[in-house]
Amino acid sequence: MKPRARWHPWAMLGPSLALLVVFFVVPVVLAAYQSLFAWDMLTPPEAVGADNYRALMARGELWRIVGRTLGFSAMVVVGAMSLGLALAILLNRRGRFFAFVRGAVFSAYVVSWVAVALLWTWMLDPDGGIVAALFRGVGLPRVGFLTDTRFVLPALAAVTVWKITGYAMIVFLSGLQSVPPQLLEAAALDGAGPFARFRYVTWPLLRPTAAFVATTSLIVSFQAFDVVRIMTQGGPANATTLFVYAIYEQVFLNLSVGKASALTVVFFVVLFALATAQLRAWRARGSGAS
Amino acid sequence: MVTAMAAAAAALWIAPYAWMVLTSLKTLPEIVQRPTALLPEHFDVGAYREVVESIPVARYMATTIAMAVLIATLQIALALPAGYALAKLRFVGKKTAFGLVLACLLVPAQVTFVPVFLMLAKVGLVNTMAALVLPFAVSALGIFLVRQALVSVPDEIIEAARLDGASEATIIYRILAPHLMPTLVSLFLVSFVFHYNDYFWPLVMTTDDTVRTLPLGVALLREQGTGVRWHIVMAANVILSVPVLALFALAQKQLVRAVGGR
Repeated sequence: MKPRARWHPWAMLGPSLALLVVFFVVPVVLAAYQSLFAWDMLTPPEAVGADNYRALMARGELWRIVGRTLGFSAMVVVGAMSLGLALAILLNRRGRFFAFVRGAVFSAYVVSWVAVALLWTWMLDPDGGIVAALFRGVGLPRVGFLTDTRFVLPALAAVTVWKITGYAMIVFLSGLQSVPPQLLEAAALDGAGPFARFRYVTWPLLRPTAAFVATTSLIVSFQAFDVVRIMTQGGPANATTLFVYAIYEQVFLNLSVGKASALTVVFFVVLFALATAQLRAWRARGSGAS
Repeated sequence: MVTAMAAAAAALWIAPYAWMVLTSLKTLPEIVQRPTALLPEHFDVGAYREVVESIPVARYMATTIAMAVLIATLQIALALPAGYALAKLRFVGKKTAFGLVLACLLVPAQVTFVPVFLMLAKVGLVNTMAALVLPFAVSALGIFLVRQALVSVPDEIIEAARLDGASEATIIYRILAPHLMPTLVSLFLVSFVFHYNDYFWPLVMTTDDTVRTLPLGVALLREQGTGVRWHIVMAANVILSVPVLALFALAQKQLVRAVGGR
């Protein structure tokens, strides 16, 4: 439609665009610029070229952070997707009982990360924790879930899976409900068992949904911070220093704006690649909210 | 079989909550001596009293809710006119404007926090409500979703309103907004829940107590050395979780629809 006055569209968009520029566009540019300086927020910044990047590369720190974060993400994506899909299939039934179970699983997605992280820190406590008691009960050895470098990253991934599986389940449920029942009936009439029906009818129709869940949970897990900050502070021995926590550490603990900015730039580039994949999956999935 | 598996799934998610509540009702000697005893000896609310005495729960809660409501309201108030312009009006530069909105969808707070913190520090806004609210006052996702919803609203409604002499503001807020109610309710709820729970942004934008939010207060309670006094931490956890769980119970359909995309 024609606007009533030529300035109308810009008056309507103005506040939004201004805020987006100030809080999204400018910060990205600023981070790229500041990554070329050494600055401790106290003395004046000093131009150092690509030194921040070089320093991060030299000790292999950057690759360790990227690798660790991607490894964490892989565990979370695989866990949340397989569990979410299994629960969606299990709970895609009528009745109040199944509705209640769906609500129970999804509720973890609504509760604060802080509450979830603190609750699991307590449950995973090697002495007073209920999980440790269960381990003792079945004769398993004492495990320092949050203090042993072998177990700590899988432990954080498991907590994250517990938190976001409800989300994956809900999206898979909406995908399952768009599978035409006639197709499944026709396949059943042709003699296809439940596994064959899933493999040849449901799954192909569910693929765009699965791609969507995969990319969103990949991005969420790649941005993980709260579980790290609350449960391990990056330890033991940096075993859980994930990307965002590394940035946080650089700026607020090491007071190194330059290195934090360099990390931010790399983080953004990797995330951008992942997010582009997400948008593509989103478009493939068609319309839909959030 | 199916029922048993579903019950196991329910237990896997409900048992941790139950454990949180049960722990919060225990006393210190119980936590120390028999931490994994299933039930407390008697239900003791001492842990809740200690939480209220250690942190200003009411003030943190009020700050958190005020912040989340402000953010959600501003996002909707700004997304409506912006979405309207992008969905319904013809003008030069529209593609660029829409492209900018889409580009911002790809930039999360984890990328912007270092420069935004430094910007806000420069203008003295750290430790203010503005630092918590302004960076989220506009939601690229909100604009995008309002635009998508408006595309399917027929132009005739707008033409008729214009003939009746309604101003553009009236058309946007009084005539079109009611058509978008399901979208707006979803947006509000998702935004409210996200920001009520948010730990990251308040953590990096505050250095003192002035506008501390509840998630931050609860996490700090643990950091300041509760040691083995887990019953206190769990009591704080219950206080933090009850409002969102209540909201979830009330508005489960809308929240699930917003996430499931139907």
